Amino acid sequence: MANLKELKGRINSVKSTQKITKAKKMVAAAKLRKAQAAAEAARPYAERLEGVVASLASKVGGSDSAPKLLSGTGKSDTHLLVVLNSDRGLAGAFNSNIVKAARDKALELQAQGKKVLFYLIGRKGRPVIGRLFAGQITELYETTGIRDIGFDQAHEVSAKVMEMYEAGVFDVAHLFYSKFRSALLQEATGQQLIPVPAPVDVPASSGAAVEYEPDEEAILADLLPRNITIQIFKGILENAASEQGASMTAMDNATRNAGDLINKLTIIYNRTRQAAITTELIEIIAGAEAL
Amino acid sequence: MALKFELVTPARLERSIDVHMVTVPGSEGDFSVLEGHAPFMATLRNGPLTIYATAGAAPEVIEVEGGFAEVNEAGLTVLAEHIAS
Repeated sequence: MANLKELKGRINSVKSTQKITKAKKMVAAAKLRKAQAAAEAARPYAERLEGVVASLASKVGGSDSAPKLLSGTGKSDTHLLVVLNSDRGLAGAFNSNIVKAARDKALELQAQGKKVLFYLIGRKGRPVIGRLFAGQITELYETTGIRDIGFDQAHEVSAKVMEMYEAGVFDVAHLFYSKFRSALLQEATGQQLIPVPAPVDVPASSGAAVEYEPDEEAILADLLPRNITIQIFKGILENAASEQGASMTAMDNATRNAGDLINKLTIIYNRTRQAAITTELIEIIAGAEAL
Repeated sequence: MALKFELVTPARLERSIDVHMVTVPGSEGDFSVLEGHAPFMATLRNGPLTIYATAGAAPEVIEVEGGFAEVNEAGLTVLAEHIAS
């Protein structure tokens, strides 16, 4: 049985771990509130833009002159996977779930004989994807040092993606991020980014004829890249909220586990101490009786 | 009755107010929107957006960048990537 001093040391070390996880949990809770508010504030823009793009796309979509972002390059040989990760750990399986979703998709595409490239945003996904798909990471986007990753970053990422698309580096792009369902539930999801998926729910057009300036196609060509930026922006915000949610849950579990461990160790500590006292007493009594 | 005007950026809904008239820097020329305007969609150039809260009131000017405007029965909606007032 471990001696008393050792046990005391272990209890203290678990106690200080618990303090850290508790603090991290509270930080995550505060940040979660902020991230959630940001995600909600961004919703009106995304909704309105999506509405406009959907109604325009349904009008122009069929024609041959539709923008390439909508109609695609006509083939699907090379796929680009844009993977959003965070820079920090201590968030449970948050990052590995996203990487797993991206990896499954990549393996599936490779099984179909397609070429897969990666564009990684954030630090955490790099080691795993770098090992599994060596040499297939085309771009990395550094987010360390950026306090609040926001629209400007989304804009840079989408500009890069668009540039690669124009240069014919890839034919289809997918975006991987974690969808924020609740503080307890985050879902790693993938969605097609380019070509812009055909809108499913086109709002019923009102009877009035709408005037366009310039024409529909020019507006659509202008709005499609912006829509892609917004999709990425939305992904970033959802990801930020998910990270904090996952972190909060993970740290809550860790704090509880540390509590359990402290209880267990304390019981062992007390028993050991009692055993030592009992042994001492027996020795004394035995000594007294021997006289 | 007044014109329902909304100014939206990716970060948030900046304005959602009833105004008298808004002058918008369209990519093919400025245009002003009053209440009851015909349905209209336009891309914007970077420039000043002028808001008249009431007829004859001192205008409020907001610089918009990367914008898009939509007029429908509900009112005028301006989407802008960046704004500076």
